Amino acid sequence: MVNSILPLELQEVVVSKRGRRIVGPVTYTLAGAGTTIVIGPNGSGKTTLLRMMHGLERTSEGRLSWAQAFKEASQRQSFVFQSPIIMRRSVLDNLAYPLTLAGKSRKEANEAAARWAAKVGLGSRLQQSASRLSGGEKQKLALARALIREPEVLFLDEPCANLDGKATRVIEGVLQDAKSNGTRLVMSTHDMGQARRLADDVIFMLGGQIHECAPVQDFFNSPATPETEQFLRGDIVE
Amino acid sequence: MGEILEGLKAAFLLLVTLDSDLVEITLRSLQVTLSALVISSLIALPFGAWLAIRRFRHRRLAIAVLNALMGIPPVVVGLFVYLLLSRSGPFGVLGLLYTPSAMIIAQVIIITPLIASIAHQSLRELWAEYHDLLISLNTTRHQRIKTLVWDGRRALLTASLAGFGRAIGEVGAIMIVGGNIDHATRVLTTAIALETSKGDFSLALGLGFVLIGLAISVNVAIHWLTRTEREGRW
Repeated sequence: MVNSILPLELQEVVVSKRGRRIVGPVTYTLAGAGTTIVIGPNGSGKTTLLRMMHGLERTSEGRLSWAQAFKEASQRQSFVFQSPIIMRRSVLDNLAYPLTLAGKSRKEANEAAARWAAKVGLGSRLQQSASRLSGGEKQKLALARALIREPEVLFLDEPCANLDGKATRVIEGVLQDAKSNGTRLVMSTHDMGQARRLADDVIFMLGGQIHECAPVQDFFNSPATPETEQFLRGDIVE
Repeated sequence: MGEILEGLKAAFLLLVTLDSDLVEITLRSLQVTLSALVISSLIALPFGAWLAIRRFRHRRLAIAVLNALMGIPPVVVGLFVYLLLSRSGPFGVLGLLYTPSAMIIAQVIIITPLIASIAHQSLRELWAEYHDLLISLNTTRHQRIKTLVWDGRRALLTASLAGFGRAIGEVGAIMIVGGNIDHATRVLTTAIALETSKGDFSLALGLGFVLIGLAISVNVAIHWLTRTEREGRW
């Protein structure tokens, strides 16, 4: 049994850029299983929070620690970006890339890539240049690539923004499967319906801070603060 | 106009008769230029990638110096290499002066900054595109360079071809360090210079057309072999 990289503990963490505080101070513990959905108005710090947890943003203050050493923890987590980053390679090579980095043989990597491509509906496009895929297909590819190493924690930054219903349904299905297989999901979204469908608990970001954090039923049925209530009503909250 | 036609005729005759001198200096031109190109590419392409991903103090200065070196006068490079390789120079003992090796060294010095600079420009854009993904995947610096060089290979091919173009047409430096010795260090460009100074313009033009044809053929051949324009593939 491999030791879990969770919990992730944030203690009074601040992210600042050019002297301006973007996020923080934030104190939060990510543990257990399930899906945490991060919501909040534009500019509230959702993306920066996810990027900071994943190690893409440097913390300016405070302490961020995983249960395992940083190197070990970073190898067992993945990130899906809002605008998928697609490598200038075929679909197959995009999917196989993380496994070849991890030292898998070309054959093993290609077999796994073909399996994941089929899972997200790209099984017939393996040899095609990934740049020729549609927006939805690119996001499916990015998701499959993020999951191919079976990460313990997967961060997703609005993965379904700008996607149609069909592509969103496929992505949500893959996410539900990943969750069932034990992957801890942390995802930001603007789509309240999606938050209700996927979340086990919700983080509401406002002004760069975690304004409220609650199980999904409590969050939507009995919001703890007037700002959360306003946001859920669709009012402008700053 | 008459001289150009004479030149074309001379070029045609040289080619169809497979003139032995022409074949010899053409092969030497290719040998020297392609050797220099391979050595330069091995140095410049990874260096361009490294420069694109690495942040260090005085990085901007390093890039400015690299860009400035693109315009380094070949004659000065030739003089510098001559001084290093001449009998009284630090590497005189190697006996490389007036050999194709000396010409290769001079060409490497001339084209490495050019290839590295173009490679850096292209890979900098690719690095900006890939940055978050490669950091997220916890790649090592070596893996990042390898990935950028592989995925940016089309742009890097252009960089190498620019180096080839500069090297195959180079005359000043290789004249100084090669000496334009018949059957030893004479190449197309130095032969053209010699024939021009002798007043044999038609032969010089003929050699010039061969040189242009060679440069275009190598470019086309490399593009074809690497299938850079093939539909649907990177």
